[in-house]
Amino acid sequence: MLKNRIIPCLDVKNGRVVKGINFVDLKDAGDPVEQAQIYSDSGADEICFLDITASNENRDTIYDVVKKTSKKCFVPLTVGGGVKSVEDINKLLNCGADKVSINTAAVQNAAVVLDSSKKFGSQCIVVAIDAKKNGNKWEVFTHGGRNNSGIDAMEYAKKMEDSGAGELLVTSMDRDGTQVGYDIDLMSKISSIVNIPVIASGGVGNLDHLVDGIKLGKASAVLAASIFHYGKHSVKEAKEYLDSKGIPVRI
Amino acid sequence: MKLIIVDYNSGNISSVINSFREVAQNKVNIEVTSDLNKIKSSDKVILPGQGSFKSCVEALNSINGLVDSLNEFAISNKKPLLGICVGLQMFANIGYEETETKGLGWIAGKVSKIDNQNGKYKLPHIGWNQINITKESKLFRNIQNNSHMYFVHSYEFIPVDKNVVSATIDYSSNIVCAVEKENIFGTQFHPEKSDKIGLKIIDNFINL
Repeated sequence: MLKNRIIPCLDVKNGRVVKGINFVDLKDAGDPVEQAQIYSDSGADEICFLDITASNENRDTIYDVVKKTSKKCFVPLTVGGGVKSVEDINKLLNCGADKVSINTAAVQNAAVVLDSSKKFGSQCIVVAIDAKKNGNKWEVFTHGGRNNSGIDAMEYAKKMEDSGAGELLVTSMDRDGTQVGYDIDLMSKISSIVNIPVIASGGVGNLDHLVDGIKLGKASAVLAASIFHYGKHSVKEAKEYLDSKGIPVRI
Repeated sequence: MKLIIVDYNSGNISSVINSFREVAQNKVNIEVTSDLNKIKSSDKVILPGQGSFKSCVEALNSINGLVDSLNEFAISNKKPLLGICVGLQMFANIGYEETETKGLGWIAGKVSKIDNQNGKYKLPHIGWNQINITKESKLFRNIQNNSHMYFVHSYEFIPVDKNVVSATIDYSSNIVCAVEKENIFGTQFHPEKSDKIGLKIIDNFINL
C-alpha cells in the first residue's frame, strides 16, 4: 500500500535556514545540510528546500547547499524558489535535487513546465501553487505571494497537470504562517479535479492538522515547516500520530 | 572491482552516483561513463533511467555501439547488471509510453501504463510503498519482507515469465517492482532514494 508522505520544508536564504510567518519576520535557525540530515534520520519521507534568497548575486548559494545535502541525504530532495528556466532546473538536478518545484515561472510561461517535463520527466517536476481565496474561488499568486495573477486556481491546477507536472504543491496564502490548519476546501477541491498527487502546504500548527490534510483534504503528502523546525514535534512523533489515526505512513 | 554507472543522458543520475559512492566508499572503483571499452572491461554495470521509456531508449541508441556493448556485457558475458526505474523497464521487448518503442529485449515482456481505475489511483505512483518479496534474491539479502521503498513512475513492467519477478507492490493491482534473471537485476523503485534500506540493496549488489 502506498503511504502518505510527511515532508518537512526548510526555507533557505543565502545558504542558511530561515522560516517566516506570512513570508516576513525571518529567524535564522541553522545549517540546511545538518537540518536535512536530522529530518531524514527522524523518518522524513522527503525533504523540501525553498530558496528565498532575494538578491541575484547570492542565488548560487542554493546550488552549493543542494550539492552538499544530496551527498548525505538518501531520501528524495525537492528544491524550489526562484526557478525560472529549464536551465535552472537542469542545474539543480545536476547538483543532486530529485525534484524541482516551479512557481512564478510556471504562471508566466507554462512552456517551462511542458519543456522541462519532456526533457527530465514528469517525476521531477513539481508545480507550486500559491492560492488565496477571493469570494468563492481561489486565485493564484506569484512572486512569493506578492502579486495576484487573477488566475483561477482550479483551472490552473488542471492546466499544470496537462502540461506535465508530476505533482502539485498547493499552499494556502490565507493560512501560511497562521498555524490554524490547512485550507481543507482548497486542498480537497484541487485533489479531486487532478489525477496527480497533491501536497498540502500552509497553516500547520499541530498534528491534527496533518491528519485533516490527508483525511479531509485528500492530499497524498503533507508539508510543514514550523512545527518541525522549532522542535514542537519531531517527524517521528508526527508519523506515529498519523499511524494512530489510521493513516498509512512509513514507520 | 570496477563498477560503471552508465551515463547516457537519461536524466538526473546524481542521486544514483552519490548513493553508490556513499556505500562503496573507497573499496570499489566507481566510474560514470558511456565509454564502450570501459563498460566491456568493468565487473558490474548500473543502468539508470529517468523520464520516458522512449526518451531513454533513444538516448541509449544515440550513443554509437552502446547497446551492443551492454548486450555483450549482460547477455554474452553474463556479468551483473542492475537496471533502476526506466533502466529496468528497458529490459522489456516493447514499451508503450508516448509511442510504441522497442526495448533491449533481455526479459520478454512489455511496459504499459498502470491502470488508475478511472482516477481512483493517482499517477504517477509517487512515494513509499511496501515491497512483497516473492522469491529469494541476492539483492534482498538481509532485507525484510514489506520493507518500504521509494517509487516514482506511471508505467509498469509486465514480464511474460513470472519466474523472473522477485518482488511486487500493491498499487491498483500487483505491480512488478523487482526482477532477477540470472545476472540481470532490476528495481522499479529507487534504492538510491530509499533511505538506509535502499543503501543496503546497493550494498548487496556491490557485494554480489
